[in-house]
Amino acid sequence: MGPKKELRVTDLDRSARYVVLFLIISGIFWLLFGTLLALLASIKMHMPDWLGGFGWLTFGRVRPLHLNTMVYGWASMTGAGVALWILSRLLKTPILLRGYIMVAGLVWNLALLAGSVQILAGSSRGIEWLEFPVSTMVVIVLCVLIMSASVILMIRYRRVKQLYVSVWYILAAFLWFPLLGLVSSLPIFDTPTVQAGMNWWYAHNALGLWFTPIGLAAAYYFIPKVLGRPIYSYGLSLLGFWGLALFYNWNGFHHLIGSPLPTWFVTISIAASVMMVIPVVVVAVNHHMTVVGSFSAVKYSPTLRFVVFAAMSYTFVSLQGSTQALRSVNEVIHFTHFVVAHAHIGMYAFVTMMLFGACYYIIPRITLQEWHSKALIKWHFWLTAIGIVIYAGALQYIGLFQGWDMNNPDVPFTDTVSMTIPYLMARSMSGFLMTAGHLIFAWLVVKMVFRTGEQPDAPLIWEKIRREFAL
Amino acid sequence: MIRYSILVFGILATFLIAMFGLTILPKIFIDEGVTEPVYFTPFEVTEGHRVFVREGCIYCHSKQVRPEGFGADFERGWGRASVATDYRNLLPHNLGTMRTGPDLANIGARQPGEDWHYLNLYQPRAINEESIMPPFPWLFEEVGEDARPAHEGLNLPDEYRVPGRKILPDDEARYLVAYLLSLDQQITGVD
Repeated sequence: MGPKKELRVTDLDRSARYVVLFLIISGIFWLLFGTLLALLASIKMHMPDWLGGFGWLTFGRVRPLHLNTMVYGWASMTGAGVALWILSRLLKTPILLRGYIMVAGLVWNLALLAGSVQILAGSSRGIEWLEFPVSTMVVIVLCVLIMSASVILMIRYRRVKQLYVSVWYILAAFLWFPLLGLVSSLPIFDTPTVQAGMNWWYAHNALGLWFTPIGLAAAYYFIPKVLGRPIYSYGLSLLGFWGLALFYNWNGFHHLIGSPLPTWFVTISIAASVMMVIPVVVVAVNHHMTVVGSFSAVKYSPTLRFVVFAAMSYTFVSLQGSTQALRSVNEVIHFTHFVVAHAHIGMYAFVTMMLFGACYYIIPRITLQEWHSKALIKWHFWLTAIGIVIYAGALQYIGLFQGWDMNNPDVPFTDTVSMTIPYLMARSMSGFLMTAGHLIFAWLVVKMVFRTGEQPDAPLIWEKIRREFAL
Repeated sequence: MIRYSILVFGILATFLIAMFGLTILPKIFIDEGVTEPVYFTPFEVTEGHRVFVREGCIYCHSKQVRPEGFGADFERGWGRASVATDYRNLLPHNLGTMRTGPDLANIGARQPGEDWHYLNLYQPRAINEESIMPPFPWLFEEVGEDARPAHEGLNLPDEYRVPGRKILPDDEARYLVAYLLSLDQQITGVD
């Protein structure tokens, strides 16, 4: 084969248009649906009799469906779209198997719909993070597998020599997630404690080996891209990637401290959780040293603002996670709202905010449209950022007291419930802030994609300094 | 630059080794001790477990007691530390990770009365005003006061009564309570 024709960036983006848009918009639909479920679940925690007569809307069905739609709908679909687009740009190759990916995306949406009905109707598999029945889950995994095939083919037919660090993370994510999904669906985990082990191996890795690599790939792509300067250190990128691959894989059993599983398994996970400090600090240093000196750019670039917020949240939530795995800390915070908030810092302040930032960069480039309102983008950022800070602050504060009081047998158990009520209300309020942010985001995307209203002909927000940065 | 082949090998190797360590190895170590005892779990208990899973009880109630000296589970009277055989091989597992409500590993010993459970499931606030547990009225039947004279309705406080009607548990409520009452560490496991 002769030398491959050089493709221009605009050609790549044009070929990515429909696939990436379809995945991102599907994700946004599930984001809105998952947000509604989140509000229902949150309000029900301090108003338990509200809609209390409807079995399909009971807390124990709405809450798992919230998690499943956010995880397998919003974060996975939008994440896959973002990852495929980044890959196309980095490998200078159009996204391959586009027709198959469109079909997979369609089937994926149908599977999510079926899974949602199944959970609300009471056919949950009953395993946290794996509530969709196995049949539904396997369909989703097969859809991802088609995208994995596309990833492998794109790397095979790439038009660049080097594989940038984001490519490593994306390749890893698309190999790890289908394996995770398939192993978790095997019928060999047929005794309760063994299944509990598989449960937390899976659930922790879904975050650590699927969303984290996609999120970090986006951070590694967008921070240097927006600032127009190379990533600080190749060596640190290498260390951060292999550190994550080596240690994150082993973290899951820190969810089972104090459980009837053999202690030595749990101890391995605690050790691995502490070792995670290495890749996390390395990645943080690498990103920080890249941003340092240009920090003011977050004022002008919506992408950078979301991405930097997300990258800082990743460092925070990971170091917090390593601490939470210590037995002395876990003794207090396990079984409390502290951990619920921790999970949301991971899936929201890190993963979701990263995806928002990526969308602000990608959608104008694949639609050749501009965002309609800089004020609304700022509203989106501040509503969601303040929302998640209130969420995490309120629940982690009261979670500590809940844990201390639970471990004090002189305090009646009911007191550990009633003390949390004002903070659960604060959580609902933060939920309304985030909901408003999501609605603004969805409205902006709809206006852009479906070309309603008057179209702006120039980028709005980054006018002032566009000569300096590729915003 | 990382070679592509090394990258793929490393990605798969790190995953598969940990997968073996955290899923297959525990299976090898635990299964033997759990599958040997025969549990003779009654039909009502198996069905009750199904209802327990369906209504998502596990999102607020853990079912694992931590060992004495780690937390205050023992001091609270929630029972001895849970062991693998306590779960009667009922799937899915429900060890749980949250205690919005109290642990249920030993609830059958702590609340042995059926009526207490029926009341708590129908309207938790009838038992504890500060409870935030959801009500489960669809597990119950509302009938006329004179219907089925052999069965007494739930003993509800006045504010939750419907005049001229009485509340009876239907099959699913009976199964669920049978399951909850079976959660008694005195019966299975070691002391």
